[in-house]
Amino acid sequence: MSRLSDHNVILAKEIIARYPKQKSALIPLVHLSQEQNGYVTEDAMRHIADMIDVTPAEVYGTASFYEMFRFEPTGKYLINVCGTLSCSLMGADSLMHHAEQTLGIKAGATTDDGLITLQHAECQAACTEAPTLQVNYRHRYRVTHESFDQLVDDLRSGALDTEIPPHGTLGRNRQQIPADRAVAVQAPEDVTTGPAWIQVSPA
Amino acid sequence: MTVESRVVSPYPWAPGFYPGDRPEIVTSRFQYEDGHTLDRYLATGGYEGLRAALAESPSDVHEVVKNSTLLGRGGAGFPAGVKWGFTPQGVWPRYLVVNGDESEPGTYKDRLLMECDPHQLIEGSLIASYAAGLSQGFLYIRGEMALAHERVAQALNDAYAAGYIGKNILGTDFSIDIVLHWGAGAYVVGEETALIESLEGERGMPRLKPPFFPAAVGLYGMPTIVNNVETLSNLPFIAREGSEAYTAIGTPTSPGTRMIAVSGHVKRPGVYEIVNGSTTFRDLIFGDDFAQGIRDGNELKAFVPGGGSAPWFLPDQLDIPFEGPAAGAAGSMLGSGAVMVMDSTTDIPAAALTLVQFYAHESCGKCVPCREGGTWLYRIVERIVAGHGTDADLETIFEVGQTICPGEMPHASSERLGLDAVPFPYKMTTICFVGPSAYAPIHSALTLFPEEFEALVTKRADRRPIPVTAEVPA
Ligand SMILES: Cc1cc2nc3c(=O)[nH]c(=O)nc-3n(C[C@H](O)[C@H](O)[C@H](O)COP(=O)(O)O)c2cc1C
Ligand code: SF4
Ligand code: FES
Repeated sequence: MSRLSDHNVILAKEIIARYPKQKSALIPLVHLSQEQNGYVTEDAMRHIADMIDVTPAEVYGTASFYEMFRFEPTGKYLINVCGTLSCSLMGADSLMHHAEQTLGIKAGATTDDGLITLQHAECQAACTEAPTLQVNYRHRYRVTHESFDQLVDDLRSGALDTEIPPHGTLGRNRQQIPADRAVAVQAPEDVTTGPAWIQVSPA
Repeated sequence: MTVESRVVSPYPWAPGFYPGDRPEIVTSRFQYEDGHTLDRYLATGGYEGLRAALAESPSDVHEVVKNSTLLGRGGAGFPAGVKWGFTPQGVWPRYLVVNGDESEPGTYKDRLLMECDPHQLIEGSLIASYAAGLSQGFLYIRGEMALAHERVAQALNDAYAAGYIGKNILGTDFSIDIVLHWGAGAYVVGEETALIESLEGERGMPRLKPPFFPAAVGLYGMPTIVNNVETLSNLPFIAREGSEAYTAIGTPTSPGTRMIAVSGHVKRPGVYEIVNGSTTFRDLIFGDDFAQGIRDGNELKAFVPGGGSAPWFLPDQLDIPFEGPAAGAAGSMLGSGAVMVMDSTTDIPAAALTLVQFYAHESCGKCVPCREGGTWLYRIVERIVAGHGTDADLETIFEVGQTICPGEMPHASSERLGLDAVPFPYKMTTICFVGPSAYAPIHSALTLFPEEFEALVTKRADRRPIPVTAEVPA
């Protein structure tokens, strides 16, 4: 039952239509399925394969390369604690230790209630604000043991529900290309001449 | 100094960014909390560069960018105008791919540009596409940047609705779609040919070279211009103010400004837009306008001058100008504009381990020296740091390094050890720089601080054979 929903099939078709070749929609569609199901399921990969006319193995082959795709049930909140140099210099190890103690799980595991998955992560492009972590890819800066505890309390109480959507949802909005403004996308082999504004120029 | 007591940016919506008494080319809107909105953008000169460009022929706009000598900000520093000229004549379509995959350790600038001024990036992408005849653009954003996605998606939607993107832009025959593409987490995808593979729906592995430039053979085999977010964000200024206004800032070989991040053990870690050629490393680490010195009154021990891939510098390299050639001669590079500072309390082997772990983890597995060598370097350094290493491991690190980077490896001079600097770059056996990057930090750490490693490992003379016992095991 984890094929894409009817609603998401409509979205998926819109996304596919944006690319000159439909396989380019593979990663965005796997994201869409992860947004729907919280992780990437086999049914979803089969469905995506059908939609972009590749084999399910090709979908898995690509998806398994990328860290954000998870192939098993994952907490509603994925906490990624950065452990790369700048964060490590500012106490990332101690933060990770504290996180493991507070949550009662080792990095890589999910709490019993299925709410939080804790992970070690690499540089999050926030190195000046070390140590950092992300909850569902939303940054938290200069994290102390106290602010970590507060974060966990807020996640448990639902205080952050509007700011942080469940794991899998990348953005709370989407790109929308209005039909009356869109340029018709063509496969590269169907394009034989230069674009209009180049042809009229002296070059 | 505790984490809480550190200085904070005057602009909470641009965490870590500090303005200064310096020209602002790409960060001029960071002062506005709503700098990411179309309204603010239009009220502060937004899309005027595009209007100016559309009033001229594409080749004239290309000429302006060539004359500006705008250098790529993604790490390699290649002149953008020259790169656009590599597209083969008469081969269509041509594509634009915006590299927003920022993930080099220590690097923090592209994300701020996407979050705080997404329209500037869009306008720059449009100007590049107009000049180089690119008929579709893909804005590839690192997947782990949720806010940047939201801001860029909103900006694209608003720009479409207002007629800045899409069919017949501003009533001209310039038409282009720009598609927001979500990455999914893989450092190596920042390498431009891997970025293209990923955009084609494949595993993000770098392509064999030649062809060296995607400008010749890129997305779907077609000519493709790949530029970094910061590079493109400079174009609205250049198109609006002209190339002379741009080259008036900075140096003749490296004009304009550049965003750099200084992180680690400094009083005011931050992101700064600096004028190219105007600072030394000492200014950046100790200057009042920049990172303001080492925290807690400690001494500087070492610093990484240009992102996690860069060989390390020592305090006696502080007066080197923050310029590519000078950093290269001294044994390193400026790379992606990321300085990471370690004070006297730093455990050097443990610090190096975080970087070796990063690159070993991020190897795509296509080249043996990187896949195997990186993994072995990680395993060896990990056991040394855990106290289980031997002095033979230290030799093995250099041996593994030789398989990735044969010959002399660049490093800084060290008065203490009587070492001379070996200039950058190195030779490599791999397709891309991930392999060498796993070796560079541990090579620097081990060459410049051998005593810290020796103190951790068991020496050969102390090793004892396991005694044979007479008893028969039960
Ligand atoms: C391993 C590796 C990672 C890279 N990561 C990035 C990156 O995250 N962002 C980026 O703009 N360029 C990155 N680059 C450089 C790109 O390959 C390319 O040179 C750059 O995007 C070109 O844009 P520019 O000319 O505007 O700098 C990386 C290169 C390598 C070898
Ligand atoms: S050097 Fe490493 S990351 Fe780069 S192509 Fe080779 S195996 Fe992949
Ligand atoms: S090292 Fe942690 S965000 Fe860069």
